[in-house]
Amino acid sequence: MANYNTNEFRSGLKFILDGDPYTIVENDIVKPGKGQAFNRVKIRNLKTGRVIDKTWKSGESVEAADVMEVEMEYLYTDGEFWHFMEPSTYEQHAADSHAVADVLQWLKGQEVYQVTLWNGTPLSIVPPNFIELKITECAPGVQGNTAQGATKPAVVETGATIKVPLFVEEGEMVKIDTRSGEYLSRAK
Amino acid sequence: MKQWKPNASLTILKQRAQMLADIRNFFMQRNVLEVETPALSQAANSDPYIESFSLDKGQRFLHTSPEYAMKRLLVAGSGDIYQICKVWRKEEAGSYHNPEFTLLEYYRVGFDYRQLMQEVELLITQLLMPKKSAKYYSYQQLFIEFLQLNPHKTDRFSLIACVKNKVPQLEIGDEASWNKQNLLDVLLTHYLEPLFDKDCLTFLYDYPVTQSALANIRLATKGAKGTETAVAERFEVYLGSIELANGYQELTDANKNAQVIAKELEQRKQQQQQELPKDRRFLKAMEMGMPRASGVAIGLDRLLMCIAKQDKIEQVISFAWGRA
Repeated sequence: MANYNTNEFRSGLKFILDGDPYTIVENDIVKPGKGQAFNRVKIRNLKTGRVIDKTWKSGESVEAADVMEVEMEYLYTDGEFWHFMEPSTYEQHAADSHAVADVLQWLKGQEVYQVTLWNGTPLSIVPPNFIELKITECAPGVQGNTAQGATKPAVVETGATIKVPLFVEEGEMVKIDTRSGEYLSRAK
Repeated sequence: MKQWKPNASLTILKQRAQMLADIRNFFMQRNVLEVETPALSQAANSDPYIESFSLDKGQRFLHTSPEYAMKRLLVAGSGDIYQICKVWRKEEAGSYHNPEFTLLEYYRVGFDYRQLMQEVELLITQLLMPKKSAKYYSYQQLFIEFLQLNPHKTDRFSLIACVKNKVPQLEIGDEASWNKQNLLDVLLTHYLEPLFDKDCLTFLYDYPVTQSALANIRLATKGAKGTETAVAERFEVYLGSIELANGYQELTDANKNAQVIAKELEQRKQQQQQELPKDRRFLKAMEMGMPRASGVAIGLDRLLMCIAKQDKIEQVISFAWGRA
């Protein structure tokens, strides 16, 4: 496996440390007036999401991680694994509950997700920024209530609970921003 | 495409112009002569930790500091001199590093480094107006006070233990690759500097001889107060943990100057770094007799960061490295 020298450090670089895959968030150089320089780096553990500080003597190297980001379509779950497919090759990948934990409430068949693969295994999955989902459960619409910004809770087909305006009805399709979990509009 | 725009605001560019005017005024009042020396020279800095940009197939080098040429002026009888110039160091850009930066370098003939520290304190205080007065530590005092370690006498193993304890974020890797000075450097930059008071200048002086560069070495003495270790008469100035200046009681002995440069060139060879020609003109000047003097280099971009209260060097440079 290839190595990266500290002079190749930049944000987004993926490497292995103590057996875990990490990505560089921020890299800075520290250099005393005379003498050895150091790389002071913020790195994110791709498994846990935790960000930590690390320092290397400049000139040292780290082991490159075989990490790729691939767009994949969600297929189904068998209860233990969640199955995704690369649309161009039809190659399927099974993600475990840990990898899908953050995306579970936005998982919908045939939708395309960004899957981070480490040595070919899904590590984490990011939903599209905007997703259209059907309302499966909410209180009936209140006609004539025009109070600005008034909302009610609603459950969508993937199981997530969101806040929607009072006029939205059960069975309607709505557009949601998955980053904030906010209702944006009725789907056209 | 915002890349055409300056990194620094107009307010900061005006603060830069004011800072330069104030510095020139400071030296005018003290009768220190402003000089210029070549930015592109035939020899280069031999320090193995500083890399020069080379041009014209290695026939010319962009200077990393005007030190050698300014010392030739001192030998030629210039008296006190200063220079404000751009210098270049082939290194990564970072929060405190731009490979092209502005340096104030000045020499006071007849001053010892303690007198020069006082004058530097006065100059920077006028420009920066820190909230509190400056603190002075010798390198040894600092390590003893905050780490209970004598940096000159302690061994590598105690230093490795201390580093593991105080700088746990360090990926130390192969311990054999760390010499004593690297370990002291990591303790200084990652543990001690962050402890410096943010509201005042800190002067650190009397460095280990392994970090002397072209500073005079004060030999070990046996006196009434016990044995004093040999130290390099060198100092650094910080505001908080930001390193602003590096000064020396200049090494005047021609043979010792030649030895330092030969040793550095040898180290470059061993570490398979860019090979550099020996600066014969500088060494010849040293043979002619370098006057007793002290000199200091002050990073003006960092000083401006402190004046303008910015935390990234690119915010004080019209077009920083990425937009140059």
